[in-house]
Amino acid sequence: MKQADYLKMGVAMALGATALATRSKSRSVSAVSGFAGAVLLGFTAVEVARASGRRRIAAARTEVARTITIQRSADDLYAFWRDLGNLPRVFTHLESVTALDEVRSRWKSKGPAGTTAEWIAEIIEDVPGASMAWRSMPGSDIEHEGRVQFLPAPGDRGTEVHVRLGWAPPAGSVGVAIAKLLHAEPSQQIGSDLRRLKQILETGGVTRSDASIHRGMHAARPSDDVARIDWRVQ
Amino acid sequence: MKALCWHGKKDVRVEQVAEPQMLSRRDAIVRVTSTAICGSDLHLYNGLIPTMEKGDVLGHEFMGEVVEVGPDVGNLKVGDRVVVPFPIACGACGACKAELFSLCENSNPNAAIAEKMWGHSPAGLFGYSHMLGGYAGGQAEYVRVPFADVGPLKIPAGLADEQVLFLSDIFPTGYMGAEMCNIRRGDVVAVWGAGPVGQFAIASAKMLGAERIIAIDRFSYRLEMARTHAGATDVIHYETEDVASTLKELTGGRGPDACIDAVGMEAHGHGVGYAYDRVKQAMMLQTDRPTALREAIMSCRNGGVVSVVGVYGGVIDKFPMGAVVNRGLTIRAGQCHVHRYLRPLLARIEAGDIDPSFVITHRMALDDAPEGYDTFMHKEDACMKVVLKAA
Repeated sequence: MKQADYLKMGVAMALGATALATRSKSRSVSAVSGFAGAVLLGFTAVEVARASGRRRIAAARTEVARTITIQRSADDLYAFWRDLGNLPRVFTHLESVTALDEVRSRWKSKGPAGTTAEWIAEIIEDVPGASMAWRSMPGSDIEHEGRVQFLPAPGDRGTEVHVRLGWAPPAGSVGVAIAKLLHAEPSQQIGSDLRRLKQILETGGVTRSDASIHRGMHAARPSDDVARIDWRVQ
Repeated sequence: MKALCWHGKKDVRVEQVAEPQMLSRRDAIVRVTSTAICGSDLHLYNGLIPTMEKGDVLGHEFMGEVVEVGPDVGNLKVGDRVVVPFPIACGACGACKAELFSLCENSNPNAAIAEKMWGHSPAGLFGYSHMLGGYAGGQAEYVRVPFADVGPLKIPAGLADEQVLFLSDIFPTGYMGAEMCNIRRGDVVAVWGAGPVGQFAIASAKMLGAERIIAIDRFSYRLEMARTHAGATDVIHYETEDVASTLKELTGGRGPDACIDAVGMEAHGHGVGYAYDRVKQAMMLQTDRPTALREAIMSCRNGGVVSVVGVYGGVIDKFPMGAVVNRGLTIRAGQCHVHRYLRPLLARIEAGDIDPSFVITHRMALDDAPEGYDTFMHKEDACMKVVLKAA
């Protein structure tokens, strides 16, 4: 990701104390190893323990919570999210999510070097127009949970989307490899994912610039290799 | 196509680059007929804006002819002549609905970088760094315009490019600077910087009813234009006159009712304070030199308004907050919400209230853009505004 590259370059550092102050807030989250964006899910550790006694809480557990306000109704947002096949448009590290029945779904996540992680998730909370939660079934490569809530924003500001994701790789699994490769900045990754959700629901598609359509650094100039982008599909 | 590309500090080049292609259903492609170099482009030229990449296409003041439109752009067709606002705005988010278009919440794909820098992200801009979107600019033969159903303003036949080109930025920017002053009858407005934005701030303050307008600069030719064309009633050459005492003298000791900073982060000055700012900026201990802003704050009358339209990028030092609080000043600022001024200001031009082309001093081919940057940068040849003809 272009912006991740910049952040690693420490661009923010150049502007000194203000930037550092804002960074420190996310440290406590990203200091915990792991990468929630790859797998997307959440509940706090306490809630996980409460929800399921069978579940072992791995030391490398990652928890992320992010919120964004979107100028759409809670019903619209719920409907988009409940159609799970939409989620890979929002969360870039998901390859596909396929509903198997009303409760269960098959998730595929992109891993390092072209590998994928795959698991079955079940919906454990479903309140139309208000909230949804899900978690991986026992025996998955990756333990994960997620919860999204849609709350009316004050005034005519639309709807607040509150997302909490949690993830823990059982030792030795492909999840650990993903965690090592995609380590760091899960909060920022989810932040970018939620901005994409907002772009899709408010503007009809993901916002693209001359630089952002490329993986890695690219000058802000047109290039001939955009043919792979089907601009009619957003 | 040809485009003006940034390669580093004081290094811009006209290069062959690929022609822009549609990237979204709400895009248009515009063949640029006229484009201009902005004072804020000089901040890029001087290497003071972070997150630039070698090869970035610059330019955020441009207009031209629509040559391609996406299926979701219902209001434009091929052949339309348009001026394009420099901020990119989606028209649908909370900020756009509140007409705060330069704060669009969806147009910056690199919002995370801007958030680290400023807490939250503003809109994406054409040709103005990666933290503001990574969009190619319009100092080129063609440019891709995102959200083309929201931004571009159709220009009626009969108006020349030079009359309407500055609707893209500097005319609305100067106008917003004056509008933020809440000008009332009898008000005295002082404007720091008699560059192009300052000229339009002065002209706009006049249109909005200011009684006296005082221009402050260090170039006589700029002060002369402020007086003869824009409508300044008084001028202060700050290298030969003391600004603070002259302003008091001109206002019966009260100070101006409103002060507009049309200078920004690369202010010049003199004395110990200026030397201090130069050193700190060079050492990256502060990113911006706020000479004009400090002076505006110290000069403004009790309870007055300080309106900031000059561009600042980061952090400043020795900010006189005590004066702001104890004297009840109001500070207003912003990148211009260009979209909301396009139609009213076009109407002013059509009505003959103003002909913005008065600021143009240099006309060049796009090929000569690097020379244009150099001339503008050094204020050579009485340079005020450079317009590039792309075609």
